[in-house]
Amino acid sequence: MRNIASLLFAAGLGFLLLVIAGQLGFGEPSMLIGGDILSAAPDEVGAANIVTAVLLGYRGIDTLGELSILFAAATAAGLVLAGGRGAAASHLSDAPAGFILRTGADLLFPLLLGVGFYIILHGHLTPGGGFQGGVILAAAFFVLVLARPAGGMSHTAIAVIEGLAGAGFIALGLWSLLADGDFLKPMLGKGVLGELLSAGTLPLLSLAVGLKVGAELAGLMTQLSEQPPPELTGQPLAGQSPEHTAGPETQD
Amino acid sequence: MAYLTFETILYAGAIGLIALGSLGLVLSRHLFRLVLALAIAEAGANLLLVLTGYRGGAVAPILGVHQPGTTMVDPIPQVLVLTAIVIGVGVQALAVSVLLKIYRAYGTLDLRVLREHLELDLAKAAGIRAPGSQEAPAGERPLPPPIPAVAKAAKESAP
Repeated sequence: MRNIASLLFAAGLGFLLLVIAGQLGFGEPSMLIGGDILSAAPDEVGAANIVTAVLLGYRGIDTLGELSILFAAATAAGLVLAGGRGAAASHLSDAPAGFILRTGADLLFPLLLGVGFYIILHGHLTPGGGFQGGVILAAAFFVLVLARPAGGMSHTAIAVIEGLAGAGFIALGLWSLLADGDFLKPMLGKGVLGELLSAGTLPLLSLAVGLKVGAELAGLMTQLSEQPPPELTGQPLAGQSPEHTAGPETQD
Repeated sequence: MAYLTFETILYAGAIGLIALGSLGLVLSRHLFRLVLALAIAEAGANLLLVLTGYRGGAVAPILGVHQPGTTMVDPIPQVLVLTAIVIGVGVQALAVSVLLKIYRAYGTLDLRVLREHLELDLAKAAGIRAPGSQEAPAGERPLPPPIPAVAKAAKESAP
């Protein structure tokens, strides 16, 4: 009964969305602001990649809000996972990983670092930017953690990088607020379209976003990897009868 | 099937992912599967958002590559999805860390077992009989001997 109701619910949801999507008209966006931004962005911002121009120029304060959501998620995860760290260290197998993973990590780390910074710094010219490059940077550091669990990463360094990047983003916004009266308005002129040093403060904002996202995700993954495996500490409740621990497969 | 065009397939894929994810959210009783179902529904929502910016024969919104005046796709949905993906990863990491704590406390991620545990714990903390549990059924039937832990908690909280 429950399954049938759920199936009906999902089918109805899909049908509703399909009907709405069918009325939209594929390939003819009903939102006009996209076209306006496409025609105005080259003169106003000077970034070749209009997605980045919207992300850091027109919607800069929304990006700040999204960064704070990510920051809140990372902080909350740290809060939830904290406490077990001292005990966790003894449970962790400190032995480095196998030869292939270690060599591969040494090979991959500089490559990933280079690709990450390239994508961050060319965010205003090519597809990419702070968010994408930051995730690649986090992956670079996590490869190191996978290869050598004992080495780990300094939580202080991660926190310092994250804080500095966030403060830098806000400081750039405040600078434009004081100088020009608009928060997070691109400064320093537009430059020549398509050059690395163009689009004013957009590359700097992109760098701040990239470092912040990279530090936050690297911190999250490091904290998750530092947890002891649950088999070692998971204590079933006293008085719990064995049939209560039946697998999740049993359905009505 | 004259309606089975390219855009129908794309829309059906995105909406199908959303429907699959919500079906998983309703049906599954394992907490980790709930997180996975949420990720699937989120992927479908992102795909649907990007699809709304599509224009026929348009190019990516990058200047200086194509002739000026070429139609470009709508950049706004791409920006929205760009940040939504990264935030989705952060929220999933938070959910997984909460799941780790739950598993460590109760030794299971099955929702039904967890509900029983929670009811017992709440009743124990409040010093009352657990509602509707097998150990202490409600109603007029002759009661079995009380659970020692619950009786002790009740005795302690009475004065």
